[in-house]
Amino acid sequence: MDILNALVAFLNFVFVPGLAYGAQLALGALGVTLIYGILRFSNFAHGDTMAFGTMVTILVTWLFQSIGLTAGILPTALLALPFGIAATALLVLGTDRMVYRFYRKQKAAPTILVIVSMGVMFVMNGIVRLIIGVEDQNFADGGRFLISAGDFKAMTGLAEGLAIKGSQAVTVVTAVVVVGFLFWFLQNTRTGKSMRAFSDNEDLALLSGINPDRVVQVTWILAAALATIAGVLYGLDKSFKPFTYFQLLLPIFAAAIVGGLGSPLGAIAGGFIIAFSEVILTYAWKKVATYVLPDSLAPDSLLQLMGTDYKFAVSFGILILVLIFMPTGLFKGKSY
Amino acid sequence: MAEPFLIGQAMTGGYGGADILHGCTIAVEKGEIAVIVGPNGAGKSTAMKAVFGMLHLREGHVKLAGEDITALSPQARVAKGMGFVPQTHNIFGSMTVEENLEMGAFIRRDDFADTMAQIYDLFPILKQKRHQPAGELSGGQRQQVAVGRALMTQPKVLMLDEPTAGVSPIVMDELFDRIIEVARTGISILMVEQNARQALEIADKGYVLVQGANRFTDTGKALMADPEVRRSFLGG
Repeated sequence: MDILNALVAFLNFVFVPGLAYGAQLALGALGVTLIYGILRFSNFAHGDTMAFGTMVTILVTWLFQSIGLTAGILPTALLALPFGIAATALLVLGTDRMVYRFYRKQKAAPTILVIVSMGVMFVMNGIVRLIIGVEDQNFADGGRFLISAGDFKAMTGLAEGLAIKGSQAVTVVTAVVVVGFLFWFLQNTRTGKSMRAFSDNEDLALLSGINPDRVVQVTWILAAALATIAGVLYGLDKSFKPFTYFQLLLPIFAAAIVGGLGSPLGAIAGGFIIAFSEVILTYAWKKVATYVLPDSLAPDSLLQLMGTDYKFAVSFGILILVLIFMPTGLFKGKSY
Repeated sequence: MAEPFLIGQAMTGGYGGADILHGCTIAVEKGEIAVIVGPNGAGKSTAMKAVFGMLHLREGHVKLAGEDITALSPQARVAKGMGFVPQTHNIFGSMTVEENLEMGAFIRRDDFADTMAQIYDLFPILKQKRHQPAGELSGGQRQQVAVGRALMTQPKVLMLDEPTAGVSPIVMDELFDRIIEVARTGISILMVEQNARQALEIADKGYVLVQGANRFTDTGKALMADPEVRRSFLGG
């Protein structure tokens, strides 16, 4: 029995990847939940908004790399990120002006807006594939590892190594900063409070003289920033492929709904719940079990509950369970 | 006699379909309390909403301090000095009491700390619970939040749509006391009430509406004394 090695193997293969993936999902779900809380519809185009923002960031990253501008140990993409956010903000504000505003004026039902957002999704999908193609793009640079498995083994003398990728560290730190800023903004600024008021009670917000157009604009800009940041972090951690980003829509929505649509705190909790469920259910536990169990009980099989190809089934399963048994989610959202 | 401070004169209109109001007139003097009573479906709330610009008037006009405001949106009327407390959904339930008051003052760019202090003086319980989400308060306390929110713009007229709906008789008496206090500071009050008897007791002026038209208009006391009003609308 070797608890220490088991723990390191667990941290290395389950906890660290889950934490980074959870942070990425949480940022994505925050965007979805903000749009739901204030514009009152589920934005199916959010995954492709992430793809668009990431694409612009990648293009600017390549430009910076070609002129020799890098961020040293940090990924160059962090320098390009503001450009990606700005371009995405312009895209979603333009989309709102051209598409969503029309339906808002008509006071269209949320279901109609969902379908409209699917249309927007296909258009964004096409734009991204036209510009950057459908292939995998790798744009990560800077320090590969914060701690590599080899260094860790040398340091501790354990058989198991703990590797923390630079992208994972960047993901978690960025997510903490972004979430901290978002909550500070919503809790303490006049504009943030007016957004919460608008989300809480639209009619009373209008009566109080809160300008709905401004609330909607700020919401789109925040959603664009969150989508781009989430997309870039995911791309740095794994790789960028437009189709993958479209698929991310499912775990992101599952996260937002598990937490309770419209609740920012819920989106964060939901992101980590979905991420850890996915990692835990698709991880082959043989290694950890071999360390923990006595030799006589050593497992022969991989102890993998389901193959990684089925990881979307996890989000889907959780989504269904939550919708049946707890439709308002953990933090009492407003999915009525 | 000079024109009343706020008057909706000969108002005719509805929510788009058939007319609900038929030449209805509602007015309130400076610092006085005017109460609209009447049976269910008489158009009491509709009359109040018409004065506040929440429905389109086919005929008639609304004047505030002599200025015709018939064409103004509700938001613009708030800026002109009218405060409105809807009957339901009149607070931001997920926000703290203090944030509710801050949102009430959203159109003000000056320092509103004084106004907030006045409202805390008027409703001491709100000061005590100012960091609590408004949705967690009792019915009567929520109504105080709602009234407080509307007072944050320092309105000249405060319009209340059934402020005592769903609260206990004791809380109702207390709310009426507070409303009288507000009126004493020079703010005109226009309110719709189900509790006709208690409301008319504190009213300077009472309007009994039936089917969207004025049936009786008099001082609160005179209406209370009128045998026909008593028999038809006050239950004897």
